[in-house]
Amino acid sequence: MTTATAKELSEELLHSVYSLPHGEKIKQCLQCGTCSASCPSSAAMEYGPREIIASLRAGMLDRVLNSRTVWLCVSCYSCTIRCPAGIPFTDVMYELKRLEVDKGLSRDASGAKMAQAFAETVDQYGRNVEIKLLSKYYLRTNPLKALLQVPLAMKLFFKGRLELFGRKIKGLEGLHKMLAAIEENGKK
Amino acid sequence: MIDATVQAYSYFPGCSLTATNRAYDISTRSVAHVLGVRLVELDDWNCCGATAYLPIREKRSFVLSARNLAIAEKEGRQLATICNACYVVLRKTNKYMAEDHKLHGEIRGALRAGNMDYRGTVRVRHFLDIVVNDLGEDRVRSHVRKDLSGLKVACYSGCQFSRPFDDIDDAEYPVLMDRLMGWLGAEVVPFGLSAKCCGGMAMTTHPESGQVLTGRILQTARDRGADCLATACPLCQMNLEAFQGKVAQAMKADCDIPVLYFTQLMGSAFGLEPQALALRDSFTPVETLLKEKVGG
Repeated sequence: MTTATAKELSEELLHSVYSLPHGEKIKQCLQCGTCSASCPSSAAMEYGPREIIASLRAGMLDRVLNSRTVWLCVSCYSCTIRCPAGIPFTDVMYELKRLEVDKGLSRDASGAKMAQAFAETVDQYGRNVEIKLLSKYYLRTNPLKALLQVPLAMKLFFKGRLELFGRKIKGLEGLHKMLAAIEENGKK
Repeated sequence: MIDATVQAYSYFPGCSLTATNRAYDISTRSVAHVLGVRLVELDDWNCCGATAYLPIREKRSFVLSARNLAIAEKEGRQLATICNACYVVLRKTNKYMAEDHKLHGEIRGALRAGNMDYRGTVRVRHFLDIVVNDLGEDRVRSHVRKDLSGLKVACYSGCQFSRPFDDIDDAEYPVLMDRLMGWLGAEVVPFGLSAKCCGGMAMTTHPESGQVLTGRILQTARDRGADCLATACPLCQMNLEAFQGKVAQAMKADCDIPVLYFTQLMGSAFGLEPQALALRDSFTPVETLLKEKVGG
């Protein structure tokens, strides 16, 4: 990836972040590291939250997006609640995840594939149907791993906790109209 | 304090409560009935978007939540949820629309395409908040038939119960569930991890990372001498109860401990039958535990 593209990525992300409520506060990051220290996943990330903001400023966001980082965020909001500058960093992570999916950059595919499978299932039924979600997810990531889930699926089945067929909501047509209408306002 | 004799809320069960985690839905409806609270299921509700739709399309996710808010507004009631993720996503959508008029306008436009509208008047609540703050101690205590005095409980609220919305409880060390368990007579063990994340979806997408987060919660509850963990979220419950074997292998330590929804413990204290609380749905020996510690 060329430097110019990396810079463009940073600019594109910042543009989305600034449109978030309190998103402009990202300019006030003092690099204190409270976010990284609070994050339950930062030890497993190649770049922690503080480094992500540093990479943005340095125009090196491509490194973050090509690494095993953003999908490890579990949306626990620890960084957001503790940030002394008031940066809604969990929302920044959502923006990064979207950017990674849109640009097809994900090296760490499992999180992105799960989210995509989830969105497709919800679009189809109006609700999540767990068995559909997980079959989609494992078929697209590692079908063999699906076999490891069989014991749990059987346990759920025998307890009557496994819904085998999804039920669509009554207002699905209306919901689809709403979703189509919001897309007209831009893809974000 | 609202007069509590005929309290009614629109009730949003959430997708995972229809089958996999139906025990939470069943036990919630049962205890609400005892407490004299009407939970009226939101008509033809849809998925709130959860934490998994947001990273694909933010505005579509907001529309999903807004459709539910629109129905609740039409029904003229507050919207009660029991899933932490539904609670946060619905509340976040509500808040962002209130703060950003352009966004609110765009979402209203989308809702109108499906013949709905949302002005922005609904308040989103977690059922645990309703029990503790709307009903309160006297009301809860008055229904206790078998107090939980022999039972040591580690209260685990989950991360999204008090974050990012820390106006109902402390963001780092939530206490509402501890207070409630105290009213039921249970012995609440000191447990600092009530708001630490269970790993959420990472348990499936990045198990090596999720297992450590869940493992710390299970191990700490055991170390503190708890007989069980109490939860307030279906995903937390699933992670904590269904993967104890795998987590124990990863942590190289014992991790087995019964895990119950806080509503199941409430129902037990109210003297409800195991079926009314779907105790048989559990993967951990909760019925045996309650028999031993609380009695028949």
